[in-house]
Amino acid sequence: MQTSRTDHPTATAALTASDRTRRFRGRGRGTGRPGGHSGSLLRRLTPWFFLATGVGLLLLFTYWPALNLGYYSFTDWDGIDQTKNLVGLQNYIDVFTDPSIFRVFFVSLYYFAASFLQMAIALYFATILSFRTRFSNLFRGILFFPYLINGVAIGFVFLYLFQPGGTLDTVLSWFGVGDPPQWLGDPSLVNWSLAGTSVWRYTGMNFVLFLGAIQSLPHELYEAADLDGASRWQQFWAIIFPGIRRVVGLSFILAISGSLSVFEIPFIMTGGANGSSTFVIETIQTAFTFRQVGLASAMAVVLLLIVLIVTWIQRKVFPDEKVDLT
Amino acid sequence: MSIATRPRNGLTLGMRLRSMSAQTAKYTSLIVASVVTLLPLTVVLFASLKSSTEYASTGPFTPPTNWFDFDNFVTAFTNGAMLEGFVNTAIVLAVSLVGTVFIGTMAAYALDRFAFRGKKLVMGLFLVATLIPSVTSQVATFQLINGLGLYDTKAALILLFMGTDVIALYLFIQFMQSIPISLDEAAMIDGANRWTIYWRVVLPLLKPAIATVIIIKGIAIYNEFYSAFLYLPSQGFISTSLFRFKGPYGAHWEIIAAGTIIVIIPTLIAFLFLQKWIYKGLTSGAVK
Repeated sequence: MQTSRTDHPTATAALTASDRTRRFRGRGRGTGRPGGHSGSLLRRLTPWFFLATGVGLLLLFTYWPALNLGYYSFTDWDGIDQTKNLVGLQNYIDVFTDPSIFRVFFVSLYYFAASFLQMAIALYFATILSFRTRFSNLFRGILFFPYLINGVAIGFVFLYLFQPGGTLDTVLSWFGVGDPPQWLGDPSLVNWSLAGTSVWRYTGMNFVLFLGAIQSLPHELYEAADLDGASRWQQFWAIIFPGIRRVVGLSFILAISGSLSVFEIPFIMTGGANGSSTFVIETIQTAFTFRQVGLASAMAVVLLLIVLIVTWIQRKVFPDEKVDLT
Repeated sequence: MSIATRPRNGLTLGMRLRSMSAQTAKYTSLIVASVVTLLPLTVVLFASLKSSTEYASTGPFTPPTNWFDFDNFVTAFTNGAMLEGFVNTAIVLAVSLVGTVFIGTMAAYALDRFAFRGKKLVMGLFLVATLIPSVTSQVATFQLINGLGLYDTKAALILLFMGTDVIALYLFIQFMQSIPISLDEAAMIDGANRWTIYWRVVLPLLKPAIATVIIIKGIAIYNEFYSAFLYLPSQGFISTSLFRFKGPYGAHWEIIAAGTIIVIIPTLIAFLFLQKWIYKGLTSGAVK
């Protein structure tokens, strides 16, 4: 510790005792008042020395692309050309009027519907596992594990499950279904199959969130309810559900933005074929396959705005929720 | 039985029967859910242990004849260039994690322990950044990576993973608030400068938060498909190596199954050993 004094002689030697206290006591208010001596500038720069890399990367990799995205969306750029011609709002008009682009928004509805099933299943298992259960750790682990698996691996597992004459068809044949449909080949079914895969993948996450919220409710409430002879069903509606309403509401909002930005499962499993293309797949293909960076940027901006609006509504509906993201 | 009809512990026979059937329903539903979760994985494991003729002649539920036939795994690992995928993933993982921890803890230290002009602005910038879904801005990010000459390099992935982790920053800030500031003051009186305080006092005390970030971010990077697919097309990443099985092995499900199992095994091992940390980390980081 003593040697550090020599690392920055000007910084530490110039400090008086009162300076030190002011630096700490003044936390939360403006302290770095410009002083006359040489240590002052260095002192004011100290926090920036710690922040520089983080803020630099943030500006470079988040804000710079976001700004460019806005700019590209008003041009007809193909991603290679040196010149970009401004085309005004044409790309945005295309996004909303070209049926082949706007149609893919409706694919999100399958995933949105599936997310209700997902939350219902998660809520059910979180509730029953919050009461005394044998092997509860084992069950919790099994239900949660799919969430951790690599997306490509999940895609393959379910391609195998859905293939004609595969696992699902075999199980159905035990129940007398002799002529099963093409799960991924039939355009009227493919989105249900993919949304079902998504339920299998993400239920565990909702479940663990809900379980954590239920377990943080005070224990005395159940004990009191038990003494009063309340049934489990009554306990659920009177204690558990009101207690975790906010987490459920938050998951619901996240499900909206999640179902709008579905990408991995349909991209890996079908590549967007048979009408399973989602808005993000369409955006990526417009940009990198069809080289219409301008149009793709407009699509990305539209999605971005929708997500921002949804998040804004979330903050309005759940104002108590801390904004500090943790 | 006559004893049982008498109310005991305040329960009549009817109530006990009802609670027994409720118990049965509860365990039945748990077992059904476990089967639905594990069955898709089990049949893939079965397929991965069958030879191609055996695979063609048996159904998905027939267990493999030889449980120790790892030929498909060897084929998948060597012909599928999975080693390259694992090595690349390991390199990107290690560098990104070290970078994220240092960048995140330093930024958190500055934002929690200093008062300075522009602090509110910086906090706001980090906050708004979490609202931008990174998947949408890739169209423009791609041009940036390309312009920096980083397209098709591991550096592109490393920079993207390090540069976009706001959740980690918030975990660090939250944890740092619980470290008493009197420790900083004591070190300051001993003559320590800010860097020494960060390095010798704050960083060691942040270990639990660092462990949480390493685990949840490690899993996220291991599972990352999109960035690797877009920015590292000519080298394998664990996800993209597996994804490439789709073409050449399209008809050889036993090989694809083996590759899938190879990718899942490290996740399973990590989960079995780090369960507590994973649950804790994900619940604290997920609800944004």
